[in-house]
Amino acid sequence: MKRNYADLHLCPNSKNFEQVSLMIKKASGLGYRLIAATSQLNYIGEIERLKESCRETGVDFASRLDLKPRTPNELKHNLRKLRRKFEIVAVICESKNVARQAAKDRRVDLLNFPSLDFRRRFFDAAEAELASKALASLEIDMKPLLTLEGPLRIRLLSNLRREVDIAQEFCIPIVISSGISNEYLMRKPVDLAALTSLFDLDMVSAVDAVSKNPIAIVKRNREKLSPQFVAPGIRVVRKGKDC
Amino acid sequence: MLKKVKRRYLALALDYDGALDSKEFMATVWNAFLKLYGEYGASRTGLTLIDYDAEKRFAIIRTVHTAVEMARTALASISKIGNKPAAVHVLVVSGTLKALYKKIQG
Repeated sequence: MKRNYADLHLCPNSKNFEQVSLMIKKASGLGYRLIAATSQLNYIGEIERLKESCRETGVDFASRLDLKPRTPNELKHNLRKLRRKFEIVAVICESKNVARQAAKDRRVDLLNFPSLDFRRRFFDAAEAELASKALASLEIDMKPLLTLEGPLRIRLLSNLRREVDIAQEFCIPIVISSGISNEYLMRKPVDLAALTSLFDLDMVSAVDAVSKNPIAIVKRNREKLSPQFVAPGIRVVRKGKDC
Repeated sequence: MLKKVKRRYLALALDYDGALDSKEFMATVWNAFLKLYGEYGASRTGLTLIDYDAEKRFAIIRTVHTAVEMARTALASISKIGNKPAAVHVLVVSGTLKALYKKIQG
């Protein structure tokens, strides 16, 4: 069966719509069937425009929100306010407290650790244990792997190797995203999967990380956001007086 | 007895603005291999340029079958040629040139 591929982290400049449509076309040409772009809160109206543009090129579009809270309370407040407006919620973890709160909160889909500093990447065994009891996945952006060189890339690879090991030990799904803002950095899904061999992710898991895992998140959240959803396992089948 | 070397041919699409000759392209590819796998790793790939079309931005390279994944990784890691942004996409991988051209046309 043919796989569907997804890239859940495109970061186009939403003010430059030409570039956005170019990236969407390119994503379609490279074989992606589902993409998600980060939205800034001021541009919620843009989402509809993006969806329309994606529909024309035959790509499915999922709305995504990146939260970058400074405290756990700020994270909870933002989730309460915005969770139901977006199909994917990612948390950029820049402090340990926020990372721990994000890992145990079932409203968070993706945990992202952007820092290149070893001490500021908080995905350790404790974080993984919390995430394994919730629904969060570990998101790895490939952009730094493409843009960095020398000692910085070496250090990043060693961090990623450790994090992937931990994630696999605790059965946390891994999602490989591009995280790019420039169309020249777009790669085919299979090429992204091949790049993960640099941090020892096996090919089967790597291909799942660009296809099965991201698509499962979007499918789950769409079901939750549909008006028929009541609670996990319970949904409205029919409404009316004869029920 | 010596083992027969199995080869794989990779058809590549080059995403690059501007003129690019085959020497510059291969230098970039070798450089990507060297950065990721070092001289020892690069020496085991058997990398050779088979065909290069600057106008169509298309190239075919050959590698040993054990180094296909290494080649994919190294090619995907190319993000610049000179100072300009660039990308190399693997279109098709095949065991013979005949089959490769057939797959490209099909």
